Amino acid sequence: MQTFVLILAVGALIMIGFQVGHRRSVAIVGGKASQLHSLPGYHGFYIALWCAIPALMVMAAWLIMEPILLDSAVMASLPAEFTANKTDAQLSLILNDIRNIAAGNIASERSEVTVLAAQRYAEWKQASLIARVIAVLAVAAAAIVYARQRIRPELRARNAVENVIKTLMILCSLIAILTTVGIVLSLLFESGRFFEKVPFTDFLFGIEWSPQTALRKDQVGSSGAFGAIPLFGGTFLISLIALCVAVPIGLMTAIYMAEYASRKIRSAVKPVVEILAGVPTVVYGFFAALTVAPLFRDTGAVFGIGISSESALAAGVVMGIMIIPFVSSLSDDVINAVPQSMRDGSYGLGATRSETIRKVVLPAALPGIVGGVLLAASRAIGETMIVVMAAGLAANLTANPFEAVTTVTVQIVTLLVGDQEFDSAKTLAAFALGLVLFCITLLLNVIALHVVRKYREQYE
Amino acid sequence: MNTTTSGATRDKVARSLKRRYAAEKRFQAYGIAAIALALMMILTLFVTIFGTGYTAFWQTMINLEVTLYPQDIDPDNSRDAAAGMIAAARAKGIGLDGDAHLLDPRTAKQQALESDIATLSELALGRPMTADNPELIAFLKDRFLPANIGDEALVKDSLATWLGNEAGAFNRAIQSADYLRPVKQSISDLFPEVTGRRDKRSLYEIVSPGATYVLRDMVLDNPDLIGQRISVTVPMSDDIDQLEKGAIKAELPESARRVKDNQIAWFERLKDRGLIETTFNTTLFTAGDSREPELAGIWGAVVGSFFTLLVTLLLSFPIGVAAAVYLEEFAPTNWLTDLIEVNINNLAAVPSIVFGLLGLAVFLNFFGMPRSAPVVGGLVLTLMTLPTIIIASRAALKSVPPSIREAALGIGASKMQSIFHHVLPLAMPGMLTGTIIGMAQALGETAPLLMIGMVAFIVDIPGSPFDSATVMPVQIYLWSDSPERAFTERTSAAIMILLAFLVFMNAAAVVLRKRFERRW
Repeated sequence: MQTFVLILAVGALIMIGFQVGHRRSVAIVGGKASQLHSLPGYHGFYIALWCAIPALMVMAAWLIMEPILLDSAVMASLPAEFTANKTDAQLSLILNDIRNIAAGNIASERSEVTVLAAQRYAEWKQASLIARVIAVLAVAAAAIVYARQRIRPELRARNAVENVIKTLMILCSLIAILTTVGIVLSLLFESGRFFEKVPFTDFLFGIEWSPQTALRKDQVGSSGAFGAIPLFGGTFLISLIALCVAVPIGLMTAIYMAEYASRKIRSAVKPVVEILAGVPTVVYGFFAALTVAPLFRDTGAVFGIGISSESALAAGVVMGIMIIPFVSSLSDDVINAVPQSMRDGSYGLGATRSETIRKVVLPAALPGIVGGVLLAASRAIGETMIVVMAAGLAANLTANPFEAVTTVTVQIVTLLVGDQEFDSAKTLAAFALGLVLFCITLLLNVIALHVVRKYREQYE
Repeated sequence: MNTTTSGATRDKVARSLKRRYAAEKRFQAYGIAAIALALMMILTLFVTIFGTGYTAFWQTMINLEVTLYPQDIDPDNSRDAAAGMIAAARAKGIGLDGDAHLLDPRTAKQQALESDIATLSELALGRPMTADNPELIAFLKDRFLPANIGDEALVKDSLATWLGNEAGAFNRAIQSADYLRPVKQSISDLFPEVTGRRDKRSLYEIVSPGATYVLRDMVLDNPDLIGQRISVTVPMSDDIDQLEKGAIKAELPESARRVKDNQIAWFERLKDRGLIETTFNTTLFTAGDSREPELAGIWGAVVGSFFTLLVTLLLSFPIGVAAAVYLEEFAPTNWLTDLIEVNINNLAAVPSIVFGLLGLAVFLNFFGMPRSAPVVGGLVLTLMTLPTIIIASRAALKSVPPSIREAALGIGASKMQSIFHHVLPLAMPGMLTGTIIGMAQALGETAPLLMIGMVAFIVDIPGSPFDSATVMPVQIYLWSDSPERAFTERTSAAIMILLAFLVFMNAAAVVLRKRFERRW
């Protein structure tokens, strides 16, 4: 709240700075703005930026440093006999108490020492607040005065302002790299801690997954096995089922749309199929769990086949429905990119339309279609909600689509939802799974994008 | 020679024609079948959801005559005590500006009371009130260390608490009163012949426990109702509601359904007496989450989604546009630009749950941000939607013809001016369309939000992006996990509401594109 008011105050100063710059530049050339290198508005922005950047930097630095300095100062001020023989955990508990008393909340322990320390804490915090307000506003005001002196007719204010804007834009672009670095580093770091506890080879090649680690030595059923093979098996089984549904339907839809359908049908059906891509995955998950899974189970019962109510089949089929639009729209694009001259050549030799499609268009479009299918596969492997809601939890190494299997994403969610402690192998295993998931999808994407790009270049 | 060969070929071709045309027909039929299958799946999806969900918009209610005996609601008669307290304060010469506030629990809830008490204590400190009030002194001694008794701020604070306690006793009494007794009494009055503990309990079960909240809110609004006989409309329990809607079948044997035979009989008699009515389920739209299906609503999740998307929009739109402008208009062709582009393309295809892991490891663990807060959800979704927005914005910038840039440069604009004054406004509709589509994706996203703890059971409506909250897709996930039959229809209804938002956003994007996008 106080920070918010301070930001508003700085904002007001920035606006004043703008006005100062604008007026000063006009005044300095006696109202003949044409004698200025830059328009008066740029002089205004020049001072505004001069005002904003240092003031906000001071504020940010203060906000980061204040709690650290304050905590250490308060802890240092506690009597030596009070802090002696206390562990770090106890000390941080005391610090918490002091903060809570200072804020007027309920503390776990109230003693004379902590109450006094809390008073000091509150006083220093107040002092720091006042100092912060003064420092930030002083910096902003000083910057205005300083920048005002720099305003001259020949000042290249526009270039300066444009350079700042350009720097900001570069910083915005770098966020993409930062995000990737953040993902890779956080996954690597936490996985590294996991692999300290569980050997890398056990994780990657082990065939037993039961992430419950034992609290007591004699506990039953908590072997803490972290072999990820059953999870990969389940993931690939469900993804394979999904592709078996999505590829024929998506591909045939794309072929019909591109080669046979009239413009009218095309413009009517295409958006409808693409609705499927816009439906949130949680809706598919609910659909799978509510309708498809019981339907398969009951159908199976009629034919005497035991289909689990969390069967890989149900999750896979619904996931297949979800990725139909990916396959169809990507295939549609590549089929349309096949040059008409190739079709005309085939027709000229007397081929029918379907022969042309099967023997000329599809082979020519094949690399692009494969790229699209790979993208769809990466989508299916990384998909979470459908499998969380419709697939099982038990790690089952099987190729039978009627049984319940679990997937990498299901396990990540199960391990991380709820209370976590960040030093147990169980929680850290989720990050190792995430790392594998990231690597697999990244590999698929890179290959797919490469294939699609190569293909496009071929016909351009 | 030549003619015979061509004749033979012609015959061969003619003979094969029938087969080839059949293959042609078959191939076309496959295409039509694929499209029909896809359309059928869409239809099944929507019919299933709407078919299960539409009943959730109605709720079975019962009209009850309830008598609010004072001994149930305010057994200690704290109302008079509070009034006496205020009178005493006034007698001591403490002018209370709005002493009505002290008796109005609603305002007390909004902490107006506390400021009143603060003024009161300030006045009191200047007068000999503390000295001749042994109870207060005892209270202070009990609460504080002797060392602090002279500390004016602490004393003031605890004085305010003490006075607040006195005046708040009534408030607390009616907040925590036993409203179940009047409700039970009223139901018993309808069926005086039901005796026996077990029968009585199953009789009370047909009315929702939410009835007590209805009564409490009425009393909080108007404390004068205490002692009166009032008529209220309260929800029936979820099982009776499901029975009325046909989701629980009365034809099934008693052991196979959740509603007992005698409960069905009582319900039929209540219907015959005309006490049962079906009303539009406003709770669904106004309440937060609840363990009781008939009291659960989507509003908390809607507000949570709103805050999350607000944060996402405020961050991702400016950053996305700035990055797109730089990459499309300024960036030199070098390794850094290539790296950025490769990164953006890859991030667009990274599974969403990985972003959740990033949020958990970086935002929660490293920066120590609050769990379950929309602001963290917004940050994670920003990173997720940025690639979409950047790619769409770049396409929009690309579609602005170079002549616009050249004309601006030709009359002396700088490169930055030509872009910000001319290119950007022309590309803006395309950028906004991309942003809306990115926001629609973010609205439907669930998995990364599970990772950062937005999956908690939260009853309160969040008041800011820093409060714990959940979002609509996560609410759907939570409800779909609940065993009660009534939550199934509510899950479907929540999906319908979510889809309505998505349709609205996509329609806005289409309208924007149709109306403002220029063809060059």
